[in-house]
Amino acid sequence: MMAKKINGAVKEHSQKKWAIGFLIAAILIYILYAFVVERVPYSVQSFLQTWLSATSLNEALVWVICALGLNIVVGYAGLLDLGYVAFWAIGGYSAGWFMSAFFQQVNVHLGGTTVVQHRGIHISFWGVLILGAIICAFFGVVIGAPTLRLKSDYLALVTLGFGEIIPQVFVNGENIGGFNLSNGTKGITPLDNINLLGKQLGPFDLSQKYIIFVGLTAVMVFISLRLRSGRLGRAWLAIREDELAASMMGVPLMRTKLSAYAVGAMAGGIGGVAFATHVNGVFADRFNFSISIILLAMVVLGGMGNVWGVMVGALVVAWVNSTGLPAGGNAINKAFGTNINFPSYNFLIFGLVLVLMMLFKREGLLPESRLKMVLHEHDDDESVSVGA
Amino acid sequence: MATATKVAQSGRVHTISKSEARRKLIERVAAVLFSTIAILWLGANLIKSPSQFLQATIGGLSNGALYALIALGYTLVYGIIELINFAHGDLFMLGGVFSANFISIWFGQEKSSPKGWLIFLLCLLAVMTFTASINVGIERFAYRRLRRAPKLAPLITAVGMSFILQFVGLTWNGSGQKSWNSVLPGGAFVVGGAKIYYVTLILFAVTVPLLLFLTYVVSKTRQGKAMRATAQDQDAARLMGINVNRTISFTFALGGALAGAAGLLYVETIGTTAFNLGYQLGLIAFTAAVLGGIGNLTGAVLGAVLIGVIQGLNDGLPIGLGQQWSQTVVFSILILLMVFKPAGILGTPTTEKV
Repeated sequence: MMAKKINGAVKEHSQKKWAIGFLIAAILIYILYAFVVERVPYSVQSFLQTWLSATSLNEALVWVICALGLNIVVGYAGLLDLGYVAFWAIGGYSAGWFMSAFFQQVNVHLGGTTVVQHRGIHISFWGVLILGAIICAFFGVVIGAPTLRLKSDYLALVTLGFGEIIPQVFVNGENIGGFNLSNGTKGITPLDNINLLGKQLGPFDLSQKYIIFVGLTAVMVFISLRLRSGRLGRAWLAIREDELAASMMGVPLMRTKLSAYAVGAMAGGIGGVAFATHVNGVFADRFNFSISIILLAMVVLGGMGNVWGVMVGALVVAWVNSTGLPAGGNAINKAFGTNINFPSYNFLIFGLVLVLMMLFKREGLLPESRLKMVLHEHDDDESVSVGA
Repeated sequence: MATATKVAQSGRVHTISKSEARRKLIERVAAVLFSTIAILWLGANLIKSPSQFLQATIGGLSNGALYALIALGYTLVYGIIELINFAHGDLFMLGGVFSANFISIWFGQEKSSPKGWLIFLLCLLAVMTFTASINVGIERFAYRRLRRAPKLAPLITAVGMSFILQFVGLTWNGSGQKSWNSVLPGGAFVVGGAKIYYVTLILFAVTVPLLLFLTYVVSKTRQGKAMRATAQDQDAARLMGINVNRTISFTFALGGALAGAAGLLYVETIGTTAFNLGYQLGLIAFTAAVLGGIGNLTGAVLGAVLIGVIQGLNDGLPIGLGQQWSQTVVFSILILLMVFKPAGILGTPTTEKV
């Protein structure tokens, strides 16, 4: 009993350490980009632009938000979701629909940043965030509901199917029974500005948007951690570890699984809205299967179920994908006179990450202590059961 | 675990039977509804343009034959170790790239000629060996170590493997689509207003014997018996003196060989290769395997033909959603199936798995 209490205290302490660490890092980066960058010599500026651009930082934060959402579904509840890109897409399109001049048929203004004469639906960014989250949570339940009776591997497949269908609906959505739902591959652009404390943020106000994205990430971290230690989070873990035992203990399987889907999808929606404002539009052909897999690689690499691990994993993978491979590849090509197309190696890298992590370090780089035990539970079973 | 399940079942006998009856009713209503819609749709098309209908059906059947070869690989592997081998579709893609290179580049055959046909047969053997050994290698180095691990681990590994194979395809075949000339005789003859290409016939001439051979191996040979035993209970099979590891390797080899054959046939009939082809076709083939009842060999073939025909009809009929909705139609079928009848058409949860 005593040991447990101490253990809990240590855990609490390390949570705080991580939170403070990330907060300090976020503030330092903000100071660097908002105040320091303009005053340093050009060579340093271009170095930063190549190796850690403000755009890639903001994009990485969007990845973190989505990875945290996927972590709730895969890491907490143990339900493999291979179609997470669908929520990203739906979130993106909610921003496209409700924050632009796309729907010329109507004229709705709700705290938007454009003048009233502009047609279309113009809802404030903050409203769209909530709206996108709600729409995605709804779709999460819609996708989750039919899969609840299925075994885990079938479930992966159904989510994969949804992950294929929804982007295809948007790609072909130019003319659905005569109605233009998504403007097809041309996408919806531009979006309205973001309204932050009376200031209007356009697509190039990167450092202010950085604050918003950090804030959203912090909200997701908070939600994840609070849910994890609450009743619902414990029910998720119980289901992840043994569904049958959990249901015998009185955990309502249906409701618990559905809420995992809903919360996970909600994060996807928030990430989708954020990403849409980041690139100032939604483009249907961006939403493909590899996004789901990259997100999965982030969660697996960082350590399924551990919020901080997933965050580190997401930042690392997003950086490798957006900056590390192209810029590092260029540097290597220049230094050795080679001509290798490094970005094309991302398939190999993410594939290897998934395979090697599963083979040698299933619990991820920053493991959650409980998951470690579960994932290695049967490791020595074979020899025991055969008696060899 | 087993006793716990039993207790759970006996404790809830009453509620289960009630919900079971309701589910059966829902299943039946849905089945009637869907078949009515399907019949109306098919009837309308048949009246509108019979020749187009026939053409689309034939196209669908030949697609279905290809899907069957891939679907069998999924169903074999699922039947024996209950793993969805996501990398299987990409194996098919690699088979296609290998065959295209084998015939057109290494042997320089571009046109239909007796020599070309010989090379085609040679390539069939080569590509089957090639994909079979890759599949066995993947099993040996990745899946075997994870056999006792929680389900999530091998699944994620399979997804990772799929990405690695796609990378191989990407570097081998380039990022775009490549077209290849077929060494099989071109041309066609007309039956009832529909063109039947000679390659379609050759496709069947290769596929059907392969399927028959597979059925023979699984149901009649000693090795097939070992496969079925391993599928039922690995530990018991091991106690009976069956070399479980070798049996599983053999299953992967069979599945891989079929995927390779499908790759060759795809290249020779449709004539294109692309690194992401395997992912799309693999998913469709998996849907086919589920439609037929996963783990059930006849079911996989039946499901593949059904999916192929549905897709062919949707793409080729005057009243249809058209090709751009092809994937959506197939995956909607998958999802509806999961909701109403996860066991598939032929699969029942209690029967043998292989």
